[in-house]
Amino acid sequence: MSGPPRAWQLLVLACHACGMVLEDALDRPGHGRCPRCGAVLHRRRPNSIARTWALLIAGMLFYIPANVLPVMYTSMLGSGSDNTILQGVVEFWHGGSYGIALVIFIASVAVPCTKFLILGMLLITVQRRSNWARRERARLYRLVELIGYWSMLDVLVVAIVAALVKFQSLSDIEPRSGILFFGMVVILTMLAAMQFDPRLIWDSEDT
Amino acid sequence: MSGDGVRTFPEWVVCEHCDSVYRRVALTNGQVARCERCRALLYRASRLDTERWLALTIAAAIMFVIANVCPVVRISLQGLHNEVTLWQSAAALAHGPAAPIAVPAALSIIVVPFLQIALLGWILVFARHNRCAPGFAPAMRMLVALRPWSMVEVCMLGILVAIIKLSSFLEVAPGPGIWAMAVLMVLITIIANRDVHWLWDMVEVGPQKPESQA
Repeated sequence: MSGPPRAWQLLVLACHACGMVLEDALDRPGHGRCPRCGAVLHRRRPNSIARTWALLIAGMLFYIPANVLPVMYTSMLGSGSDNTILQGVVEFWHGGSYGIALVIFIASVAVPCTKFLILGMLLITVQRRSNWARRERARLYRLVELIGYWSMLDVLVVAIVAALVKFQSLSDIEPRSGILFFGMVVILTMLAAMQFDPRLIWDSEDT
Repeated sequence: MSGDGVRTFPEWVVCEHCDSVYRRVALTNGQVARCERCRALLYRASRLDTERWLALTIAAAIMFVIANVCPVVRISLQGLHNEVTLWQSAAALAHGPAAPIAVPAALSIIVVPFLQIALLGWILVFARHNRCAPGFAPAMRMLVALRPWSMVEVCMLGILVAIIKLSSFLEVAPGPGIWAMAVLMVLITIIANRDVHWLWDMVEVGPQKPESQA
């Protein structure tokens, strides 16, 4: 054990909402809330591992229909077609718009998959009380928090495009059910990352 | 309420990411304090005082109105024209099989940014007179909770992708809303997506005190 002391060693805890540091009196009745902001206090996020697993697995399951089902229906002069997310990426790539293909690929494939992998890895290592690469794992968690919401990009693109192209028989774009599942994946993985408590990474140090 | 003695340590700071405890040190402009154990950001020297913060919040409010009233993109195809605002974009999802996703879309690009601006404005108007706004504590808690769901910058990128996507078979022009959106993106990052914790220190009162002042 080296470095700065940890909160439990000094018998204090910090309010997660306002950052106030106070004496850990959770075991005494009537001290469950922060005296400054009124938020409920806890030493670690309650049931962090179980909740994160639940949300993560739900997100992974939804990711299947999100990719298999079409996200958008496009009709041009009578001929219509359904498009999945990957078809959209491939279309841009063949059309020569490599940059935009890359942006969509990163936001809708690379980011969600990275989140699944990182969160899954963090959960497994924390459950094993692993000492391996703690600082790097802490950094990966912060990366997940940082990039998570960019996946919403595809949902918003479909929204804007579908709102714009409304020329009845001439040309029309409509959202399809795949985008609902994809949006759910983004929300579920964001919730999963919020439920995970990064302090658990460091708790194995103390035993 | 605080009479039965839970001691508080306002001069300490605890790393949110690993629970390491530090003594606060004053930072000069531009400096940041990082956790020795996990390298997470502890706090940064804020370059904003209340006056500037409020001014930027008002600017953000104006930009928010423009971004929502004016269309963000215009298109034309063989003499037909169409344009959309942010609200119409979110509403377009509500038709068809993906309807439920319209709710989080509208929340993340319209409702959450609006709440962030409104709550901050409310808090800062009072903080400017060294007073604690009514409902200060719940408003601050809400600001912390809203932060991850504010997606103005994602929406900005979404508009750009949509423009490029459509420009292959339509004539697309940016509407005035897109410029307001770009400015709003920068302003909201400055005012609300950083550490708002230190408003607590600036106001320097608990939830009990405002009654005695008023």
